[in-house]
This record gives sequence, C-alpha cells and structure tokens, in this order.
Amino acid sequence: MSPWIVGFTVFFGYPLVTTAYLSFTHYDLLSSPHWVGLANYRYLFTTDQTVWPAVRNTLWFIAIAVPLQVFFALGISIMLSRARRGVGVFRTIFYLPALAPPVAATLGFVYLLNPATGPVNTILGKLGIEGPLWFDSPQWAKPSLTLLALWGIGNTMIIFLAAVLDVPRHLYESAELDGAGYFSRLWYVTLPTISPVILFAVVIGVIEGLQYFTQAYVAASVAGGSASYSAESANSLGYPEDSTLFYPVLLYQQGFRYFNMGYASAMAMLLLAVAFGLTFLIVRNSRRFVHYQAPGR
Amino acid sequence: MTSGAASLEGTGSFVRRRPPVAVRRKRLLIAIANHSLLIATALIFLLPFVFIVLTSLMTSHQALSPKLWPDPFAWHNYVDVFTKAPLWRYALNTLIYGGLATLGLLVSSIPVAYALARLRWRGSHVAFLITLVAMMLPPQVTIVPVYVLFAKLHLVGSLWPLILPNWFGDAFSIFLLRQFFLTIPEEYLDAARVDGCGEFRILTTVVLRMAKPAIAAVALFSFLFCFNDFFGPLLYTGESSQHWTLSLGLAQFRSLYQVQWNLVMAATVIVMTPVIVLFFLAQRAFVEGVTLTGVKG
Repeated sequence: MSPWIVGFTVFFGYPLVTTAYLSFTHYDLLSSPHWVGLANYRYLFTTDQTVWPAVRNTLWFIAIAVPLQVFFALGISIMLSRARRGVGVFRTIFYLPALAPPVAATLGFVYLLNPATGPVNTILGKLGIEGPLWFDSPQWAKPSLTLLALWGIGNTMIIFLAAVLDVPRHLYESAELDGAGYFSRLWYVTLPTISPVILFAVVIGVIEGLQYFTQAYVAASVAGGSASYSAESANSLGYPEDSTLFYPVLLYQQGFRYFNMGYASAMAMLLLAVAFGLTFLIVRNSRRFVHYQAPGR
Repeated sequence: MTSGAASLEGTGSFVRRRPPVAVRRKRLLIAIANHSLLIATALIFLLPFVFIVLTSLMTSHQALSPKLWPDPFAWHNYVDVFTKAPLWRYALNTLIYGGLATLGLLVSSIPVAYALARLRWRGSHVAFLITLVAMMLPPQVTIVPVYVLFAKLHLVGSLWPLILPNWFGDAFSIFLLRQFFLTIPEEYLDAARVDGCGEFRILTTVVLRMAKPAIAAVALFSFLFCFNDFFGPLLYTGESSQHWTLSLGLAQFRSLYQVQWNLVMAATVIVMTPVIVLFFLAQRAFVEGVTLTGVKG
C-alpha cells in the first residue's frame, strides 16, 4: 500500500490542494506565488473574452458529439449482433479506427477533408456538390472533429456488443410470444437491459469530452499552419476563429504558453467543479431511465 | 466473457422448429438489409485508411492534385520520411516511455489492487472511493502543481515526468485489476493460506497466474496510452526535440513540411502500423480488456 499512498499524496492529494491555493495567486513559475485573492476568478468570469467561447465549444462537443458517438456505437453493435456471417471481420473493421493514434488520425482527417485537394471534397465535387471548407471554416471545424470522433467509436462499440449479446434469450422469446415485432423488442427488451452500460458510456464520454485536447490542438495547428504558413504552430490554437478553442486547450495556453499558472489553476478549479457537477447530475437523473437487474442473475 | 463470434455459433447449434415460409422470407429480407447496411458502414470506416495509404504513395505534386490514385507509385516516400525526421529517435523515446511507464504501473498497481479487492483493512472502502474519484478527474485539474514540481526538480525537458508518476500506481489500472481480482474465488486464496502462504506469496503465485489476461490487458492499455499520449510529451518535452515521442514528432512533422502531404501521410502510416500490428498479435487481450472495462464497470 505504501507506494500508492506516497504516489497518491505526491501526484494527486498535494496537487489538488496546491491547485486550489494557486488559484488565489499570481504565479509565473519564476518568482514565488503572490496572493491576489479572488482576482483570477473575477477575471475568469467577467473579463476574459476567450473563456466563454471555450466553454461553449466544450459544451457543444459534449451535447452533440458525445450523444452521436453513443448512438452510432449502439446502432453498429445492434447490427453486428444480428449479423450471421463475418462478425469477426466486421468487428475488426469497426474497431481499427479506435486504434489509430489520435495525432495520426487527426492528420489523416485534416488531409481527407482538405477543402481544395482532399479526397472527400474531390468526390463530392464529382457528384456535383460543393464541399464545405471543413477544418478551415469556423462553422464546420467542430463538425469535422465530430466526424473524426465518430470514426473512433470502436471501444464503445465493443462494450455495447458484449452487452447486447449478453441479453438473456428468454426475454426476447417471451416478448415475441406477446407479439412484439423487431423494433418493439429492441425498445422494450434490448435497450432497458443494457441501459447500465449505456449510462457508463455516456459518463465516460462526458468525462472525455471535458478533457478533449489532442485532436483539437493538432487539427488547429495543422489546418491553421497550412492556411497561414506560420512556422509557430502555437499561434494557431483555436483556428479558425477560436472555433476549436476548447476549454482544456485554453487552459494549456494560459498555463504553459503564457505561464499564467495562477490563472490556469483557477480554470482548473472551475473544470473540477463542472466535472463533478455533470457526473453527479447524469448519475442522479439516470435512476429514472436505467434498469438494473437483480443481483446474482 | 463470451466474445461475439463464439456466442453466435452457440445459438446456431441447437435445432429449432422451422418457422412458416412468410416468417422465413421476412427474416431473410431483414438479414439482407442488415448485412448490406453493415457492409456499407464498414466500407466508410475503411475509406480513410485507404486514402491515407494511397496518398502516402503519391508524388508530392500529385498529392496536391485532385487525383485519387497514385501514378506512378512513389515507394521511396517511405525512405525519404526517415531522412526528413529522426523517426527512429522518436520510436526509441516512445519505447522508453511506454516500457518504463508500463513496468512501473504494473509493479505499483497490482499490490494495491489486490489489497483493495481481497484484504480487509481500515479505510479500504475510502481508499477505493478515492481511486474512483481520481479516475474520473480530468488530468488538467492537477497538472499545474505537478508541472511546477518537475520544473523545480529540473526534469522538464526529459522523459522522466512522463514515466515517474506511473511508478506510484494508476487509478484506472487499479480499478480494472481490482474488479478482476474480485472474480477469483476466495477458496483458492484460503487454500494457500492454510498451506502457510503469506499474502505476498499468494499474490505472486496464485493471483498473478489466475489474473494473467487482466494483467495483459492493463499492460497493453498502458503501453497504448503512452504511444498515443500527446498532452504529456507536448508539456514536458515540447522544447527539447531529442526527447520527442512518435505522437509529438508526427504532429510537428506537418509544420516542418507544409505542403508535402505525401510525406506527412507516409509518416502517419508509419505511426499507425505498430499499433495495428500489435492489435492483430494480441487481439484476444484487446477485446477482453475493453469488455472488462465496460461490463464490470
């Protein structure tokens, strides 16, 4: 136990307390922290013009991309559970994108969705559709990241597939005897039975949504770099027009580009409060929708 | 844990009364619709890989044109990439990071997980709750003080800040291993105790052997996490390029070679390949591990 307690104190307990303390200070790593009271929070909530776009972007992602991911993964796993042939092959194909390292996958998508010469717009053009600017357009940058997220739903899909295949057969059979068709069996048997797993996927999705960083950072610096030819990729965070400036990206920029460590700590405290608040809300409200089987089935 | 293919074979094996023709025809139609939809979706999931590989074989001029098929095939891209960026250096750094971090994570997390699963001690319940909370927390919340700590130890600009925390236990791995240890029947442990085994010997002989699949899955996830990690390497080694990992190096590659999409895609393929090869070598551990995270959660 002792290494865990040491590690826990050094890498979790102590930082948590220190983050709280630093959030009331001005600190740039060079001089010692200087107490400023609530000034960081006041700036965070009232003055800083970039915080609200960042919060909005992160909430957008959680409200739109995360439910879409769950919905897609569920759809694919239900189709897979009904397939008679080639389940293994299909499962591998749907899982592979989840394995692609995030940086590599993001680079791939920035190229695929390149407005001028990318394959997607080329194909759309041949079909007579003028493709959007994707990662270069403030309206389309987040949907492009959503497409990337949907491509990588493999893990969720595997979890759902196991859950769907675990639904006891006798439940379907009795529903069939009662005259339930395909969709009502899906709605009244499959979904309620696997609802704890769906809840789990939603909670994980929200937590990951709050941390969404790598794809946004890479997409912005790559797409931004290709438009402006700037050598310093850091200047392009949030490209285009702050539409991919997610909250963790802003926190990184404040803390580790500008070295406003005190301010970044205040942002971290807000993130902590929101993470706990959201998880608590979801788990509490889920009691109405989630069906738990009696233990020891 | 039944995998998808296995349980489907199971349902096909017992003999059923043949349903009437109309019902059979309807079922066949549904099966055909289901399979066509699956094949279409699977093709869409594969297309990004196809385009990435095709582009990696184009000449730099052609990669900027709307043509989709390489003509001629520029195999030398895969040689050129290694001269443009020190990919071997990045790969070595990735191996050092992934190897040492995973080793430390196993050594430190297994005893803690065992203590949480099988030993009754004061505060074990609280310790487990804290583990859960630590798992849910966005890493950004504690990152500022941890960074400051490593900066004071003059370790920023090396791989150590990425490796060291793993030697003090990782919440997610502890949770996963604990869940698996709980499934080991207590009788085995009692039998060992009767034979005069101490808890440490029980852990190293009985538990480790029975938990091999779970440990393999945890090790695999840990290594993959390190391989894919972008935030950590960016934070701690961003300024010292001799310590870049593959993920970080790949992201920077693009800003060095602005318009040479063919080389960028070749580098992308090179970074994706090891993970995909690893997947095919250890497919069972992957799927079981992913399922373990969901079903037991």
